[in-house]
Amino acid sequence: MSRQLAATVRMSWRMLRRDWRAGELRVLSLALVIAVASVTSVGFFTDRVRLALENQANTLLGGDLVIISDSVLPAQLSSDATALGLQYSTSVEFPSMVMSGDRSQLSSVKAVEHPYPLHGELRIASERFAPDRGVASVPVPGTVWVDVQLLDQLAVNVGDRLMLGEAEFSIVAILTHEPARASGQLFSIAPRVLLNLEDLERTALITPASRVRHRMLFAGDVTAVAAFRALVEPDLQAGERIEGIEEARPEVRSALDRARRFLGLAAMVSVLLAGVAVATSSQRFIRRHLDSCAVMRCVGGSQQQILSIFMLQMLWLGLLAGAVGCLIGFAAQYVLVEIVGSLADFALPTPSMLPVLFGLLTGLVTQFGFALPPLLHLKNVPSLRVLRRELGALPTRSLSTYGLGFVVLAALIVWQAGDLKLGFYVLAGIVGALVLLAGVAFLLLKGLAAFRHHLFAEWRFGVTHLIRRPLSSVAQVIAFGLGIMVLLLFSVIRDDLLQAWGNSLPADAPNRFLINIQPDQVAPLTAFFEAEGITAPDLFPMIRARLLEINGESVLPNNYENARAQRLMERQFNLSWAEDMQTDNRLTSGQWWSASDEEPQFSVEEGLAKTLGIAIGETLTFTIEGQRVSAKVTSLRSVEWDSFRANFFVIASPGLLEPFPASYMTGFYLPAAEYQILDKMVRQFPNITVIDIAAVMAQVRRIIERVTLAVEYVFLFTLIAGLLVMYSAIYATLDERIRESVILRTLGAGRRRLLNAVIAEFITLGALAGMVAALAASLLGYLLATHLFQLEYHFNGWVWGLGIIGGGVGIGLAGVLGTRKVVNYPPMQALRES
Amino acid sequence: MVENISRPVVRVQGLSKRVMSPEGELVLLRDLNLEINNGEAVAIVGASGSGKSTLLGILAGLDVPTEGKVWLDNDELFALDEDGRAALRQSMVGFIFQSFQLLPNLTALENVMLPLELAGAAQVEPQAREMLARVGLAERLHHYPKQLSGGEQQRVAIARAFVVRPKILFADEPTGNLDSTTGERIIELLFEMNREQGATIVLVTHDDALARRCSRSLRIDAGQLVAQPLTEAL
Repeated sequence: MSRQLAATVRMSWRMLRRDWRAGELRVLSLALVIAVASVTSVGFFTDRVRLALENQANTLLGGDLVIISDSVLPAQLSSDATALGLQYSTSVEFPSMVMSGDRSQLSSVKAVEHPYPLHGELRIASERFAPDRGVASVPVPGTVWVDVQLLDQLAVNVGDRLMLGEAEFSIVAILTHEPARASGQLFSIAPRVLLNLEDLERTALITPASRVRHRMLFAGDVTAVAAFRALVEPDLQAGERIEGIEEARPEVRSALDRARRFLGLAAMVSVLLAGVAVATSSQRFIRRHLDSCAVMRCVGGSQQQILSIFMLQMLWLGLLAGAVGCLIGFAAQYVLVEIVGSLADFALPTPSMLPVLFGLLTGLVTQFGFALPPLLHLKNVPSLRVLRRELGALPTRSLSTYGLGFVVLAALIVWQAGDLKLGFYVLAGIVGALVLLAGVAFLLLKGLAAFRHHLFAEWRFGVTHLIRRPLSSVAQVIAFGLGIMVLLLFSVIRDDLLQAWGNSLPADAPNRFLINIQPDQVAPLTAFFEAEGITAPDLFPMIRARLLEINGESVLPNNYENARAQRLMERQFNLSWAEDMQTDNRLTSGQWWSASDEEPQFSVEEGLAKTLGIAIGETLTFTIEGQRVSAKVTSLRSVEWDSFRANFFVIASPGLLEPFPASYMTGFYLPAAEYQILDKMVRQFPNITVIDIAAVMAQVRRIIERVTLAVEYVFLFTLIAGLLVMYSAIYATLDERIRESVILRTLGAGRRRLLNAVIAEFITLGALAGMVAALAASLLGYLLATHLFQLEYHFNGWVWGLGIIGGGVGIGLAGVLGTRKVVNYPPMQALRES
Repeated sequence: MVENISRPVVRVQGLSKRVMSPEGELVLLRDLNLEINNGEAVAIVGASGSGKSTLLGILAGLDVPTEGKVWLDNDELFALDEDGRAALRQSMVGFIFQSFQLLPNLTALENVMLPLELAGAAQVEPQAREMLARVGLAERLHHYPKQLSGGEQQRVAIARAFVVRPKILFADEPTGNLDSTTGERIIELLFEMNREQGATIVLVTHDDALARRCSRSLRIDAGQLVAQPLTEAL
């Protein structure tokens, strides 16, 4: 038995070598190599981009991981971190009064040790609102860095001194940016005082009764960080929590999420195209081996033996092409990194080896998915085929032939997408597009049939050729249409999507927030803006409230298992009220109130509703200043957190919250050069706190820019795969075309005439495919934009022009180049071969 | 070594083949009985569509009859399953076809090696080289079928058929695709090889010259054997 097996293995290897040498495997192996190469290079590249983007986002957190606690963190943490080769940094944060002369101000004090932060940097300025610079140090003992608001509130300047508890400090710089503060603490009201951890004891401010936050930042190798998290997370005590990049700011998370989706989509389409190319070329391979199979049966090969030989042959081919593809993919992503690196400051970490596994698996799975059904068919080829050639022909492209391949491909797409929703949309889009392409192609062919008598001789001949074989023509329109659709989707529509994304963060997005505005300051502040020539922004009322009950049942942090839910419940909510919904919010269910509604109502952000388990129709009860306020939830909204506009989790209908004391907030755009206006504003309205988020915005904008760039390059591979699909579709019909052309030439048709007919046929095919592809691409682009990326989508007329003209010219040219062999093939040789 | 000439190596009993067609049942072969002895060369002749190729296909186990039995040597062919029949072919049958049936992706040498490789034989290449030299193609070992003339392709097919030293050689119109001069050379080669190996030849042909070279002819008309005239002995 094992001898037999060894003989079969040897035989399959020999057959592979022979087929390779005879040129039988070129298109199939090229399809596989390009498939694997594009998937692995995209894999390597996105893997590295993902890691890099996470690092970027980590600079907002200040480290890879932070543990926050109400009490002193155990020393065990630092020894565990050291053991895993992680860097760490401790800080202590607490509110305290700061004094200077006869003035005092509540501030948020933070004592840090060097190095701090572990990712990103602190930025300081030497005077008010002056340009700042990054520093790699922390305040030296005896000195502090402070927020600019504190200078105004205490009426001091850089160089003056302030008292913190029992210790006196000298103010040496203005703190303009602090990464860890940007993370989750956008609205911390009190101005910051940053000092050296060594000075903490001297202040004598830390007593057992103090409200103190102890933080420990950790940073290092990705796997070590993950190991560390897994090690310490289970032992966290009450009052301790851990945060990684996943829990970081919602706007950064949202940008990263979109980034992953864009890149995932690019990689996924490569998988799809590769699958189609492999499907077409393996069908051709099997078709050409039907006779061999019958002869082998005839000279004594058993069904099992022949099936094993072909299966093993496919396996060797898959592994070899996979290995070559992985090597090319690995090399290609280095080139990619070089290109991207020279255009942007983009330090990429080493990729993981996971893409190799995925690439190899993709090659094998795609190949077997599409080749297995026809391979299994080889078993049924009767040996009598040697006498009667019509027996055992491969069934025409049917569901059973491609069904397995599509199931396998669907699974691959979902896996590659790493996102069920995204995978589902693309799959649904593809299936829908296929049905649509087939239907429209069929109708167009019908239309052509009526029209063909008005055509010139050779055009009529070419078009008649298409009409006579409606099934085969529809199949070809689908193959070409799929290729063109992907090209359109990734050229015109991709640009539209990326642009729409860029537009979601416009150049004049708010970069300064004002909070703590008193009701009687609303009118003077508006007047101040107008006097300075700035369009007065909308001011939103804000009321601090704690959520007490959902539907009459009291809710406590411990009711929730989800860490985010617990944290939300520990905090106070900022409620607001409004007559109309903000323009950038979108109603996802329920209805917004109208002026005639008398019942008080709440509108809740959908993410919050999901986290806390709030449904439409439920009653929320908040406590404000010791009083209970209840209303029904009548709508859920989606909010673009990365738009940087002021937004609220819970908004009440007018009338419910007005009796309670509120402060107002707003966000507005201030060009960097006009920073003196802030100085003036703070002097006129000293109680208003200014929050500068320009740095955070720049970060998000950079992420968007880099991802856009990355997608552009990833697209190159998708493009190559798309071209290969079309090439393999042309190549698949080559044998049939040669046979037909030989018969026609034998009957006296001239080469020129045949060539013109072929050109006419391919141009018609390309234009038809372009037409249906434009339709499918527009619809798919619309679906992707509105349902997946939550972006506004505008239909682009270029898609149609490019699709039809580009399709006709491109396919016409490619078709003629691909099948020029048809008209040049010696008829005698073709007759002899058949 | 020639075995006892009177022992039947092919036996057919009550063989019929019917197929369903749009016009109803079509009888291809009707109640055939025949015996072919070891070392004989038998030509199956008849008009186009008379059922000659169907009979050959069934004798070789490539097709199955509707009724009747066939013995090759002492093995009852249709008591075996498809793989069993393939194994039987491997051990005792050689084939030559009108359309040569060489694998286009294999060279002449590899085409001849194929049946030996499938049988897991040792020393495959030397045997194939020797056989190709024997049919006069020692210089064409590494040519692909499309690089060979029709006569050369049929020589490769003959080498492939004889390389397994078959007891029975089935040939379907072996000269049908060749001009008469080439056809004669192929016939010559076929019988020469047969003499050397002592195989039994069963061939289907339209070619009178070929039929005359055989020890007897079986004429088929409308699926029935009409006569078995003995022609001159080989």
